[in-house]
Amino acid sequence: MNLTLKIWRQPDRDTPGAMHTYEVADVSPDMSFLEMLDVLNEQLNDKGEEPIAFDSDCREGICGTCGLMINGDAHGPEVTTTCQLHMRSFKDGETITIEPWRSDAFPVIKDLVVDRGALDRIVQAGGYISVNTGSAPEAHSVPVPKEDADRAFNVATCIQCGACVAACPNGSASLFMGAKVTHLGLLPQGQPERDERVVNMVAQHDHEGFGGCTNIGACTAACPKEIPLDVISQLNKDLRTAIRHGH
Amino acid sequence: MKGARAARTTVALKLAMAVSGFVFVSFVLAHMYGNLKAFAGHDAFNEYAHHLRELGEPLLPHEGALWILRLGLILSLVVHVVTGIALWRRAARARTTKYVKKRDTGASKASLMMRWGGLTILVFLVWHLLNFTIGKVNPQGGATDDPYNLLVDTFDVWWMTLIYLVAMVALGLHLHHGVWSAAQSLGWTGTAAKRRRAKNIGFITAVVIAGGYSLVPLAVLAGIITK
Ligand code: HEM
Ligand code: SF4
Ligand code: FES
Repeated sequence: MNLTLKIWRQPDRDTPGAMHTYEVADVSPDMSFLEMLDVLNEQLNDKGEEPIAFDSDCREGICGTCGLMINGDAHGPEVTTTCQLHMRSFKDGETITIEPWRSDAFPVIKDLVVDRGALDRIVQAGGYISVNTGSAPEAHSVPVPKEDADRAFNVATCIQCGACVAACPNGSASLFMGAKVTHLGLLPQGQPERDERVVNMVAQHDHEGFGGCTNIGACTAACPKEIPLDVISQLNKDLRTAIRHGH
Repeated sequence: MKGARAARTTVALKLAMAVSGFVFVSFVLAHMYGNLKAFAGHDAFNEYAHHLRELGEPLLPHEGALWILRLGLILSLVVHVVTGIALWRRAARARTTKYVKKRDTGASKASLMMRWGGLTILVFLVWHLLNFTIGKVNPQGGATDDPYNLLVDTFDVWWMTLIYLVAMVALGLHLHHGVWSAAQSLGWTGTAAKRRRAKNIGFITAVVIAGGYSLVPLAVLAGIITK
């Protein structure tokens, strides 16, 4: 495959960036999207140009670092992470636009790399449970209904990639927060801090400059883990309950 | 203050938006019932309008109950518009560098039109009040003291009917997304089945309200409702 790539280049946080156009030849349809960028970077290296900075770690769809805006879709046209996207999803001769996540809460560090630390700070504000460390508790001592366990597990698959924020026209991180609040709120261990959790997380979210949710649903369409919109309803319900409890 | 931290969040803004939105939906349904009285003829319609002003008498003064309703609506309007603008501004600040290419995969057109559609409704609301309530403008230059005749005179003018129909399309789209969105903001849609039900109710509400309101102007224009 031969491709034309339009890629956002930005030397650092404080220098303005711009779109640059590159040609890559002989791309195999079996390459992953990141391997295709690796090929481009080797070409750039050979020419003595600065390679394009992008994030990746696991390259198997579980770490959540590799997010890119590809042709206007977060993680590209398939429901998966950028590292698990293959070039067979594109056509020979296609022009592909590649941009970093755009959110003022995710400043661009370089080229396609953004700082998603705002999501970590939301987790620090409330996305945890307090337990005594030491010996592991007996697994049967706190029973969890199968249905709740399954649902908690499903939403716990969120990899904090930030695609929901990137896709949201409001730049809201509600799907991400909803996933955490639903996951922990379904389990007995999550109950003691339940009210504080939702208030602290949403307050931190707002403080970081994310937008408010208007239930558009672009987040769930972009989510590589298919986290459903239900979790935002749960988030809203938990916050409403916290208001009633006087938080 | 108790509850202050939670109440200052963007989620709480949406709660206020949802509650005020539902106040509007109830009002709009009741108002539509009144409008449809036009099909019952001159006297029935005017009697209804007159009766509204006497509601609650002698316990309440003339137009007392009407003013309580009006104050509730004005309060809801302030809440709805203020929270709407606050969320709009937040969203604008959340992404100051726009994408070169962005597709809103998974987003309905109605959901993306809430703000401009809402503003359209607001402009229409001002016009509508000038037309029938505060200003009482008769586009044919006739009398304005008879509600039924004012209505017929208004919708006999094709472009007046057109303005109202456009406004009803805007309202229908606003409700198509707004009703289900409000249910979600209130935390009532925690499963896929409940979400589907809320979306269906939103669609039905939108069709009933936009359709129901369009009947009277169209009937006047078609000569079914006459003076
Ligand atoms: C007066 C002019 C109006 C303006 C400026 C306005 C604006 C807005 C905005 C910006 C939103 C939030 C966007 C979103 O949720 O996607 C919204 C939501 C909503 N609006 Fe309006 N609107 C107006 C009138 C109305 C009317 C007349 C009704 C009902 C008949 C209504 C019902 C709703 C409902 C139910 C919601 C959803 C609330 C939620 O999602 O929690 N609005 N409106
Ligand atoms: S909810 Fe989905 S899109 Fe958002 S951070 Fe988690 S995995 Fe990524
Ligand atoms: S590199 Fe880990 S999810 Fe893509």
